[in-house]
Amino acid sequence: MSIDNKTVRKVSKLAKIRINEQEEIKLIEELNNILGWVDELKKVDTEKIEPMLSVFNESMVMRKDEVYSEISDDLVLKNAPESKSGFFVVPKVVE
Amino acid sequence: MKDLKNLDISTAKDYLLKKEVSSLELTNFFIERIEESKLNCFITHTFDDAIEKAKESDKKISSNEEIGILEGIPIGMKDLFCTKGIRTTAGSKILENFIPFYESTVSKNLLNDGAIILGKTNMDEFAMGSANTTSFFGNVINPLKSNQENNKNLVPGGSSGGSASSVAANLCMAATGSDTGGSIRQPASFCGLVGLKPSYGRCSRFGMIAFASSLDQAGPITKTVKDAAIMLQSMSSYDEKDSTSSRKPIPRYLDFLNFNLKGKKIGLPTEYKVEGLNSEIVEVWEDTINFFKKNGAEIINISLPHTSFALPTYYIIAPAEASANLARYDGVKYGFREKSDDLQDMYECTRAKGFGDEVKRRLMIGTYVLSAGYYDAYYLKALKVRQLISNDFKSAFEKCDLILTPTTPNVAFPIGEKQKDPIEMYLNDVLTVPASLAGLPAISVTGGKNKNNLPIGMQVIGRPFEEISVLAAGKLIEDCRGF
Repeated sequence: MSIDNKTVRKVSKLAKIRINEQEEIKLIEELNNILGWVDELKKVDTEKIEPMLSVFNESMVMRKDEVYSEISDDLVLKNAPESKSGFFVVPKVVE
Repeated sequence: MKDLKNLDISTAKDYLLKKEVSSLELTNFFIERIEESKLNCFITHTFDDAIEKAKESDKKISSNEEIGILEGIPIGMKDLFCTKGIRTTAGSKILENFIPFYESTVSKNLLNDGAIILGKTNMDEFAMGSANTTSFFGNVINPLKSNQENNKNLVPGGSSGGSASSVAANLCMAATGSDTGGSIRQPASFCGLVGLKPSYGRCSRFGMIAFASSLDQAGPITKTVKDAAIMLQSMSSYDEKDSTSSRKPIPRYLDFLNFNLKGKKIGLPTEYKVEGLNSEIVEVWEDTINFFKKNGAEIINISLPHTSFALPTYYIIAPAEASANLARYDGVKYGFREKSDDLQDMYECTRAKGFGDEVKRRLMIGTYVLSAGYYDAYYLKALKVRQLISNDFKSAFEKCDLILTPTTPNVAFPIGEKQKDPIEMYLNDVLTVPASLAGLPAISVTGGKNKNNLPIGMQVIGRPFEEISVLAAGKLIEDCRGF
């Protein structure tokens, strides 16, 4: 499986990372190298093997669904690049 | 005047309790050293807070109040742990101005036990790197130098490079690290220190900036094995804010001092004699094996047949998880934003400018292996191989109690090397990644030095939650190596 410029463009769209032409050329080569290297895994017979999602094997417990407000809205918005009247501000998305 | 420079935690605690040294003196001593240092170990200093806390500790000690196990001890905090009111960057431009409004559980535990935080240590961006060369805040320099390479600056390893370098340069007494594929053990090995990655689930991940959630685990970087036990005691806790936090009882880690290795079986995995494993490292490995033999342990050969697949498995799973975890950096809620009139454009440009090359590369790989049409071939396949790797360890631990290997295939290398081909850098973690995939506790302790006087780390891997025996084996190496 080899990656071409179309695939790199598609993946960069999905990852929401803008890339320029130069970066595109470099990424095609690097991603092909890395994916060629991980292709090694095809040699492993995994037919009867279940995927391992986590090493954690204790039962997970739900924590109590309690409302608490240790953090104020102001504090949350303090790190926002732009905020107004208690909201995050983003570029206009509806006409 | 006491020698404060080479102090370990246990000795410092003794001095503090006997009031031979105050925490304020100790803190000021390290602050001065940090200010003079040119190794770029810290991203943010927290000296004012540290001085206040040190005064409080001194007051507690002098009035015989109840004190914590790290009361008055100055440490470094990897800039991956959110610290309330203190900038936390994960080594990235995208979080350059991020000030958390909550405390990570690990840093909270350390603060509650009286530790003094001197600052936030430098690291590879989002912990992605093995040389601390991907940080937005510049690379970190290893205080150790080869006596051959014409005084070239060496890498401290990564991703916890600032933590390791600062401890090795005596800028703090110990530091926190995080280990996803080797980020505690590899820098500890490169800087001649002790690095302990506990079992997955032992330290809470709450407030730790996520890289790959099924692998990330916090742990200490220290000068001695005993210090690692003290730090781990404080860092460990069950935490309901982390759904994968373990409820298993936490032992007294200093009990490792009474753990007898006599008759214990030490496994040597044949597959760890990897291609490119430096011959001087093999020699130190053999010396270390002899330490164990002399102390009554039994040495056996074991097989971990899927070892060579661990690194490719890791480089699918970790980027896949990272691509999901790092989706949150969108320029809306916090962090850097590249201004634009269009929302999609804003997202794409924010992430293009906010992330460095290595992070972008991994996000691209992660996105690709999770994308429609490739998920089964890459991601699902990797999860199955991960199971096989984990099974290998399970079978091995039916035959042996501990596994002994080198930590890295090579010693610390000059800054600027291994930068051309990403895979060359990834190979640094070939011996540490398998234990990460299996969630096992593993320690790196210096076993010897090469002819250029650079440290060579030995790794001991244990069964899940058997940190005590891992620490005991680490101590044996420390006691036998002869320096």
